[in-house]
Amino acid sequence: RQDEPVTDTFWDELEESLIEADVGASTTTWLLERLRERAEQERLRTTSQVRRALREELLTLLGKAAPLHFATQAPLTVMLIIGVNGSGKTTTVAKLAYRLKQEGHRVILAAADTFRAGAIEQLKAWGERIDVPVISQNPGSDPGAVVYDAIQAGLSRGHDVLLVDTAGRLHTKFNLMEELKKIGKVVQKFLPEGPQELLIVIDATTGQNALLQARKFAEDVGLTGVIITKMDSTAKGGFAFAVADDLGVPIKFLGTGEKVTDLTPFDPESFVEALLAQDE
Amino acid sequence: MFESLSKRLEGIFSGLSGKGKLTEADVNEAMREVRLALLEADVNLRVVRQFVERVRAKAIGAEVLGSFSPAQQVLQIVHEELIDMLGGEGSQNRLDLGGPPPNVIMLVGLQGSGKTTTAAKLANYLRKEGQRPLLVAADMYRPAAVRQLQTLGKQLSIPVYAEPMGANPVDICVHAVDYAREQAASVVILDTAGRLNIDEQMMQEVIAIRKRVQPREVLLVADAMTGQEAVRVASDFNQAVALTGMILTKMDGDARGGAALSIRAVTGVPVKFLGVGEKTDALEPFYPDRLASRILGM
Ligand SMILES: Nc1nc2c(ncn2[C@@H]2O[C@H](COP(=O)(O)OP(=O)(O)OP(=O)(O)O)[C@@H](O)[C@H]2O)c(=O)[nH]1
Ligand SMILES: Nc1nc2c(ncn2[C@@H]2O[C@H](COP(=O)(O)OP(=O)(O)OP(=O)(O)O)[C@@H](O)[C@H]2O)c(=O)[nH]1
Ligand SMILES: [K+]
Ligand SMILES: [Mg+2]
Ligand SMILES: [Mg+2]
Repeated sequence: RQDEPVTDTFWDELEESLIEADVGASTTTWLLERLRERAEQERLRTTSQVRRALREELLTLLGKAAPLHFATQAPLTVMLIIGVNGSGKTTTVAKLAYRLKQEGHRVILAAADTFRAGAIEQLKAWGERIDVPVISQNPGSDPGAVVYDAIQAGLSRGHDVLLVDTAGRLHTKFNLMEELKKIGKVVQKFLPEGPQELLIVIDATTGQNALLQARKFAEDVGLTGVIITKMDSTAKGGFAFAVADDLGVPIKFLGTGEKVTDLTPFDPESFVEALLAQDE
Repeated sequence: MFESLSKRLEGIFSGLSGKGKLTEADVNEAMREVRLALLEADVNLRVVRQFVERVRAKAIGAEVLGSFSPAQQVLQIVHEELIDMLGGEGSQNRLDLGGPPPNVIMLVGLQGSGKTTTAAKLANYLRKEGQRPLLVAADMYRPAAVRQLQTLGKQLSIPVYAEPMGANPVDICVHAVDYAREQAASVVILDTAGRLNIDEQMMQEVIAIRKRVQPREVLLVADAMTGQEAVRVASDFNQAVALTGMILTKMDGDARGGAALSIRAVTGVPVKFLGVGEKTDALEPFYPDRLASRILGM
């Protein structure tokens, strides 16, 4: 089966599997054109040769894996976790905090989603579970003020990483994007180097809207990385290629479940492998 | 960001004088654009194929009328077919609360799709229709899920039935229906935990709830931004709990909502409402023509 000759049916099946993995029509078209070109130039005759070339192309689109950035001048690193509603931000904050704590960091959390019902309690519950302090104010208060408090607390209590859980916001909402810019300004006022990370959290079950989300967040506040959650679902998260390539922003972690331990550093090779794996 | 389908079709047909019949060659080229537009809107690939075949068959040989351009003609056929596939103009988008009270509405779906928020929105909506709703916190897994629903209930002054952490979600739902009877609530809205369609144990839980409380409506709450997996998710939930409808949330963004078309086409489950914001009044009835236009980027 490995050494079957390349046929029209093969090309069709390849296209189908990419589209069904949410790679997107335009990226898929681009990939297939590129592969046909390569097949001709490099005389790729068997399906396994073309598949190998496809892996290479996909890996190129993803770029290199990249570690988290930490402050070099200031004592406190700030990471903002941002994204649309329900993508998994709060859970990811807890997972990341747990991970960093395991690595020896002294982590503190800011409950900067002061809008959604139960958001503060949700983060506090996580904080208790993983034994990491959470700085919060009353529901409805200014998220910038919460972040201010958290920075002061972080600095005075000797923490070295502050993770900020922000409210879910659709990238199309002007006011909410302005609010996010304000949070960034509060950070920069006290820690001019920060925030070191602006991580967008995208749900793996998302389709082509993922690219619009990432673009707008990148445009408005800048992005340093992407975290794709819910990779334990049947979705493949194929939008990652367009996102990473288009924005030049690396995927940093994958969320693979609802437990604090369900966060995996992004490995481009296994991501591509999982995407191309034929399901029955 | 996407060039609208109508513009692209105008481009294709620009050589045509606007008279006569649509030829097979014209239509085939147009169908390539239709296919792309639907894929960009996250319509499932298999559904796109079926759809394109239906439209192709109708479009070939169609008479181009003087007042329409060929592009408009094709777009018209596409639009009509979409409306048809979404359930048609007189689609059954009303909730069926015709049983003896309390009528139970059960919300199910993937994590973060918007169930808890939608439960509150529905309660608010139904109260305006003269119902006496009771909200039920049946998510024992997500941290502070009960608090989230209680906070929403308090904002709306709508009662929320909850039990201490660790209670069994199936029991909670059964008890809640008894409680609703005592309190003369007319509608019971069950907010279940988010779950993956492939999580056997969690799916068994919703199956058990459905069996025990016999809900009148079982609604899939799905995110408008969902991609190609929407069909598998909806089919699995449908098979497990026999869905009676779906609510598409987060339609206030720029997602085209192709998932709704896919789900409807494959499972036959009708769209009943759209979620259009985070606030408890951001719930709209569903109109197939509007969603059809949106999927086409019109
Ligand atoms: N299966 C699975 N579920 C996840 C994952 N990450 C988060 N979730 C679930 O997704 C749901 C939403 O997660 P949250 O962390 O509350 O999402 P959020 O982005 O903070 O939501 P908002 O603050 O309301 O915008 C919860 O039920 C989480 O348990 C994941 O990697 N896999
Ligand atoms: N913009 C917008 N946000 C929505 C809409 N519906 C829900 N949300 C938001 O989506 C996020 C997730 O909503 P929830 O109601 O917590 O979702 P859920 O399905 O109950 O989540 P789990 O219980 O964790 O599975 C929250 O931030 C909501 O405010 C909508 O129609 N538009
Ligand atoms: K997956
Ligand atoms: Mg959150
Ligand atoms: Mg919920």
